[in-house]
Amino acid sequence: MEKAIEVKSLQKSFKDTGVLKGVDFEVKRGEIFALLGSNGAGKTTIVKILTTLLIQNGGTAVVNSFDVTSKPDSVRQSISLTGQFAAVDEILTGRENLIMIAKLRHLKNPRKIADDMLDRFGLTAAADRKVSTYSGGMRRRLDISMSLVGKPQLIFLDEPTTGLDPEARIEVWKVIKELADNGTTVFLTTQYLEEAEQLADRIAILHEGRIIANGTLSELKTLFPSPKVEYVEKQPSLEEIFLAIIGKKEAK
Amino acid sequence: MESTKKHFFSDMGVMLGRSMRHITRSMDTIITVTIMPIALMLLFVYVIGGAIQSGTDNYVNYLLPGILLMAIANSIGYVSFRLFTDVQRGIFDRFHSMPIARSAALWGHVLTSLVSNAISIVVIILVALIMGFSSSAGILSWLAVAGILALFTLTLAWIAVIAGISAKSVDGATVVAYPIHFLPLISSAFVPTETMPSGIRTFAENQPVTPIVEAIRAFLSGQPVGSDIWVALAWCVGILLVAYFFAMRVYKKRV
Repeated sequence: MEKAIEVKSLQKSFKDTGVLKGVDFEVKRGEIFALLGSNGAGKTTIVKILTTLLIQNGGTAVVNSFDVTSKPDSVRQSISLTGQFAAVDEILTGRENLIMIAKLRHLKNPRKIADDMLDRFGLTAAADRKVSTYSGGMRRRLDISMSLVGKPQLIFLDEPTTGLDPEARIEVWKVIKELADNGTTVFLTTQYLEEAEQLADRIAILHEGRIIANGTLSELKTLFPSPKVEYVEKQPSLEEIFLAIIGKKEAK
Repeated sequence: MESTKKHFFSDMGVMLGRSMRHITRSMDTIITVTIMPIALMLLFVYVIGGAIQSGTDNYVNYLLPGILLMAIANSIGYVSFRLFTDVQRGIFDRFHSMPIARSAALWGHVLTSLVSNAISIVVIILVALIMGFSSSAGILSWLAVAGILALFTLTLAWIAVIAGISAKSVDGATVVAYPIHFLPLISSAFVPTETMPSGIRTFAENQPVTPIVEAIRAFLSGQPVGSDIWVALAWCVGILLVAYFFAMRVYKKRV
């Protein structure tokens, strides 16, 4: 199968601190790939290199078969970035944000594109309100919808659910699953194990500047001691309680 | 490569439209860059002006150049502020990861400063006309005035870019404007420098705002401009080049 991303012995240091010490991995076209790691592991640094915002000190990175250092413009044509903080313009309305991105991507009919996105992400009612009045989940949805304008083949989501409440997190998960169903390759970073487990086709674990494990969930499971059978009373988690009380989980 | 160059102007247009909306939707900005200078002009002319011996019968004529420079200086903190928020919120990263001319994200803010200042200056001049401002300047002199003001705006805007990109906090980003606010006050903008004590007078006569004010004043009153215009241009172009150089350096470091 064709590769969407190919990274070989990638290195990056800031001043004297080595953040990436030889990272290797591949992402196949059409899959959801999750890069898992604790805070400060270097996940964002990898995203920034792959999206041409940073230049590595060593190694190569090829995105959609374009090298990130020698063909950055071609890379930018074929990708989209949703950064760690919702990169939306607070003073513009949701609709204006989408129209702006459509115009910057030089697409025809920016208004129509904006309307379609607003509809798809359930933002039509809030379309003409300033983004500063949006909730965290709405902002994230707008953020992701802005990244989808122009139908990029590959979308980078850097910690898409950090700072969101449980409801909004489930909303975002739904969106990501739909993306993958439509054939978009998704590169996702997260510090939540559950998120990687829920969404990803393949998971890589970044630790101290290296990928220490890489594979499908079931492959990763074989790395660990075989499962033991224990009888444990299943208590609902606080999250399940919370969602059951507000009762919106079922409605969605 | 080709496509990013081809679309440079339309990308800039989108960026301009975006930050112009930031201005028109911020009452605070409109007050600081247009209403405050007009209020100062009213204050100086109708309250303090009677006691000021400026050597012209019409104090509005004397005052207007300084008020215009003040309006531009007031707007500079906002350029830093808007740029700072873009960098902080990640919008800068979003633009940079898109297939658009990278410098459009910066030039958009600089161009916005030019356009918005042009609008507020026209408004201030209209108010001045109502207050009795009169000028014998011909079209060429007006064009020269517009040129100096644009150059002054451009110079300050690039200083603001340095602050906006390198600042660590909002306060740090906007603090650049304060020393610039003071320059018109210690110049010949409001009173002739001859009335000042010698130390301050030396400063006032040798800082950039005085020759700029004098040159604009001479153009508007149809007097010979003399060497002021060259000193003013030298200051502006000199600072502009240095500011642009440093702005590009901090920008490249950031991206």
